[in-house]
Amino acid sequence: MAVTSAIRLDIAQMRGSARRRRKERAVKAAFGTAAGVGLVISVAIVLSLIGEAVVFLTKVELGSLWAGVWSPRTNEFDIPTLFMGTLMIAVIATVVAAPLGLGAAMFLSEYAQARTRRLLKPIIETLAGIPSVVLGYFALTVINPGLVQTLFSGAATFNFLAAGIAVGILVLPLVATVAEDAMHAVPEALREAAYGLGARRRTVTSKIVVPAAVSGIAASMILAFSRAVGETMVVAIAAGAAGNAVRTMNPLDPGQTMTGAISSLAIGSDQVRGSSAAFVSLYFVGLLLFAMTLALNMVSERIVRRARRMS
Amino acid sequence: MAALGSEAQVRSSVELALLGRSRDVRGRVFEALLLLTLILALGILVVLLVSTLRTAWPVFADRGMDFVRSPVSALPSRSGVWQGLIGSLILVGFVFVIALPLGISAAVYLQEYARDTRLNRLLITNVRNLAGVPSIVFGILGLVVFVQALRAFTGPDTYGRSYIAGGLTLSVLVMPIIILVTMEALRAVPTSIREAAYGVGATRWEVVRSHVLPYAAPGIFTGAILSMARAFGETAPLLLVGAVTGYLSQPGGRSFVEILQGKYTSLPTQIFQWSKYPGDEWRANAAAAIIVLLAAILVVNLVAIILRNRYERKW
Repeated sequence: MAVTSAIRLDIAQMRGSARRRRKERAVKAAFGTAAGVGLVISVAIVLSLIGEAVVFLTKVELGSLWAGVWSPRTNEFDIPTLFMGTLMIAVIATVVAAPLGLGAAMFLSEYAQARTRRLLKPIIETLAGIPSVVLGYFALTVINPGLVQTLFSGAATFNFLAAGIAVGILVLPLVATVAEDAMHAVPEALREAAYGLGARRRTVTSKIVVPAAVSGIAASMILAFSRAVGETMVVAIAAGAAGNAVRTMNPLDPGQTMTGAISSLAIGSDQVRGSSAAFVSLYFVGLLLFAMTLALNMVSERIVRRARRMS
Repeated sequence: MAALGSEAQVRSSVELALLGRSRDVRGRVFEALLLLTLILALGILVVLLVSTLRTAWPVFADRGMDFVRSPVSALPSRSGVWQGLIGSLILVGFVFVIALPLGISAAVYLQEYARDTRLNRLLITNVRNLAGVPSIVFGILGLVVFVQALRAFTGPDTYGRSYIAGGLTLSVLVMPIIILVTMEALRAVPTSIREAAYGVGATRWEVVRSHVLPYAAPGIFTGAILSMARAFGETAPLLLVGAVTGYLSQPGGRSFVEILQGKYTSLPTQIFQWSKYPGDEWRANAAAAIIVLLAAILVVNLVAIILRNRYERKW
């Protein structure tokens, strides 16, 4: 009987010392605050974009938003010019990155030996760490004179095609790693079932693994497209993102994208300071860019989540 | 039976039927094509490095360390990357001091403390979305908040275009990435480790400090190092928060705070500017600066990969 009374605990003892509990609460509050910073950042982004974008819209005639020319200095803010430029860059980049990235992913996931895969995967991830300003230089000095201008004699010194190819190289590792992860996650049992029926490796890859991983593959494409839409430095260096641009759908022409317009307004703000609407147009374009990439990223996130629930 | 021919012929035809065509030509072609895409993807990297090295070679051959140690000048033959290199290091210092502790704390909260409430789900979704926001949009945020609104603090004499503004902008940009990689590292620590600690009466913070964080540390540091490499090479947001693209005078004899509130540039900003200048000399300088930048990032990446391979555990 003496034994039971010795280990009897009351509620106060179960709670532990008050000091420990205070510390626990303080630590949790500190971590919680840090987690809240993320939300503060988002709110700050949205507010700073919307606030000044509204200022822009009040200053500008709405007709100048499709004036046919992007020229902030003369109060012509043709949004379709920027939109078409952005679209061209993103489409060219996806066309370059998709086959190369998916092919590399299929090889690494289905054909390469474990050792090769362990060696090559980090190298491809390192490729993803190459700063975009380097790819911009590459587009201007190698891709354009070496590839684009030899193929198309009419290509300008700065053009969409060279910039788009460089952006494609930039997003290639993203496509390869995300798609490879998706294919690698396909259960081995599916492959074995197919092999058991006498399927060859090519059939297993193209008829079993790719369809099973299709949502991950789709997500990798959308992510790549979104990254290409938001890419700035390659465009700023190699697409001829100067102060103004004409609406064009010719990839061999120089031109402007949304990101390029923002950066050149920011650097060349001295030239546009006299005009009232020019500088704040940066915020309006930024808001459009933000909305566009957010929508793309949310779609890809949703696809990935649905796929995870099914598997 | 004679119609089937000799026994050897029968055997080979049976083998053919069982094993399929002896050479799967289409399969081989398919495999070769896939291998080709992989080689192309990696080959581009080689071409990039070789062509940049070739352009950069004369600069290093002529000037050696002088290129690294010289400040910006109007003459390409006397311009160097010293200011950019120091500037980039200071900016990464901001990321280390601000984004790293904040990001890791936020990740600990979201992964270890947060229950599955609507607010916490919103916080996590929000971080994911932030990680996908184009870097130039963070530049706009920096321009509005750090350069314009907080000018008195970030740089009263430089219109807010200072190291502080640039460093804070990069910190905000990198923080979501640090949160995501840290959460992943924390998730990889098995629940049994936590339960063992709870079982002997540890509080949540004690569990995190003495069990979860030590086991997750290699993953966290690898991710943190890679995010800092990302900050090191980031250019677009700095253009908006006023990194100097041209000549930059940085007088000596200033206090630490005065330096941080002063004008700045970064290595990628200099590369951007030099690639746009006309003339082969500037182009060679740009290539040489790229080599310096890539060397720095490569070293950092190698350290991260070695850390990961050395300390990573499989459960």
